[in-house]
Amino acid sequence: MISFLLKKITSLIITLLVSTGVIFILIEVVPGDPVAFMMGLSGSTDAADALRLELGLNVGPWDRYFDWVSGMVNGNFGISYTYRVPVVELIRERALVSVPLTIYALLLSTVIAIPAGLISATRRGSLVDTSFMGFAQLGVAIPNFWFAILLVLFFSTTLKLFSASGFPGWDAGFFICLKALTLPAISLALPQAAILSRVMRSSVLDVMNEDYIRTARAKGLSKKQALFRHGLRNAMIPVLTILGLQFSFLLAGGIIIESVFSLPGLGRLVFQSIIQRDLIVVKSIVTLLVFSVVTITFIVDLLYAAVDPRLREGNS
Amino acid sequence: MKHFSISFIVGGGLSVLFLMGALLSFFWTPYDVELLNIKGKFASPGLEHLMGTDHFGRDILSMVMVGTRNAIAVSLIAVGIGATIGVPLGLWAAATCMNGSRLIDELLMRGNDLIFAFPSLLLAILITAVFGPSIINAIIAIGIFNIPVFARISRGAALSIWPKEYISAARVAGKGVSRISYEHILPNILNLLIVQATIQFSIAIIAEASLSYVGLGSQPPNPSLGRMLNEAQTMIFFAPWLAYFPGGVIVALVLGFNLMGDGIRDLLDPKLRQKSITGKVSNDAS
Repeated sequence: MISFLLKKITSLIITLLVSTGVIFILIEVVPGDPVAFMMGLSGSTDAADALRLELGLNVGPWDRYFDWVSGMVNGNFGISYTYRVPVVELIRERALVSVPLTIYALLLSTVIAIPAGLISATRRGSLVDTSFMGFAQLGVAIPNFWFAILLVLFFSTTLKLFSASGFPGWDAGFFICLKALTLPAISLALPQAAILSRVMRSSVLDVMNEDYIRTARAKGLSKKQALFRHGLRNAMIPVLTILGLQFSFLLAGGIIIESVFSLPGLGRLVFQSIIQRDLIVVKSIVTLLVFSVVTITFIVDLLYAAVDPRLREGNS
Repeated sequence: MKHFSISFIVGGGLSVLFLMGALLSFFWTPYDVELLNIKGKFASPGLEHLMGTDHFGRDILSMVMVGTRNAIAVSLIAVGIGATIGVPLGLWAAATCMNGSRLIDELLMRGNDLIFAFPSLLLAILITAVFGPSIINAIIAIGIFNIPVFARISRGAALSIWPKEYISAARVAGKGVSRISYEHILPNILNLLIVQATIQFSIAIIAEASLSYVGLGSQPPNPSLGRMLNEAQTMIFFAPWLAYFPGGVIVALVLGFNLMGDGIRDLLDPKLRQKSITGKVSNDAS
């Protein structure tokens, strides 16, 4: 168990280090002179030199990379070039929108997909199954931002139940905010729920063909009892994998959905920063998102081991 | 005997329909896509303009045709890039894994994991942030995130072929590792790769639409389905058709390719086919 953990943690740290390297090279080395890039055509030489000094760009790339990484480890991401505030503050403010949105969508997707997949699998070939899987096919094919536009058209314009865009801020009250995040969360969750329900269905079907289910049935358990007592735990393994992957899809999907609904989240911030050429903010957010994806994958790996003792042996 | 499933017929039909429409747009569109006609702006769908006109009076049907062509072209090239780089990498990883040196395999697969750590859209945004938004950069971004998908699937499939007896026979006959990979492994995993390619193609269509929706794909005046939806958003309250048609086309295109992929898989996978003939297992592998 300990060697398994050590192995996983080492590979986590290596992945994180290498990905910061990739981000650094892409953003600071590839464009040539980041200062010229950030100032655009308008910058004077004096201003460029001042900015170079301010950003610590007057030293070589290796030093800059180590400064950057050690700064991040200490919670210092630098100061935004356009907003003139510490990047950490900017991110904290925006994450208060993006993270709840992601969790809300993930919950919605799970709550819809797992029962749907389970029902489909247990009633294979029935009308319910066919229509659920038909919806799933459609759900996979619908781009979430288009679905978002349709939701706005229907719920905001026609029914006037939700506001079309914007976010009041958490000071306005929990439920008001939850309401503002509902349409975005639904549009984020739809394609993910479609994929997840298909995985759940085929996973349950696979498990139902296993020997131990037959043994359980022979022992006198009903189909339902066998499934719930022995099958479900095994069927959850592939579902868990997909759920972990979906977190990263949701984070990335959030970037677009936030711009559909004009939510002041991390995604909007990334876009604004790209337009304003605020490379420090872009670099920090990309790093943060990659960090969270890698960490989630790590947690999913650990959960695997918790669900399936065989994986704990360390020779997986 | 091969019998075509309903999903193959519906999916294939939809795909062929859109491919024809896209090809047709090279020679003919109902109107010129760059032709502005302010007097005829916001015409609702009717006989003159089947899908209506936008805020510049441009014909939506014509723009949708050209936009579909662009989306298909971007996705084909991107998936092509992913397969051409990913498949040899996966075969190489499997070959080294089965022939002693696991180091290269390990390195290649960790590299794969690294790309997976970047959500595809984030990667695309990063690339366009550095190199500027353009259709070429969108292709590169979508292509890059296809590489690990193909590498992983061909590695996995190749690993299951390597222990087969005919591979041992080929080695005894003196064939080298790369020749075996190319002449014996690749043809045996081709079915799987074709199915994966159709899935990746439909993912790429959505990715392209998403990128151009946020302005990182093909640039104006070149029509793109994603950007049409973006422009439509401010006008949906009085001209909802601007959002209906481009979005509907994306859905139908993706649905078509997904269904066709399912159909091809059922046709090509002998295990599934046999099962469906004996009637024991129907097509529930989705």
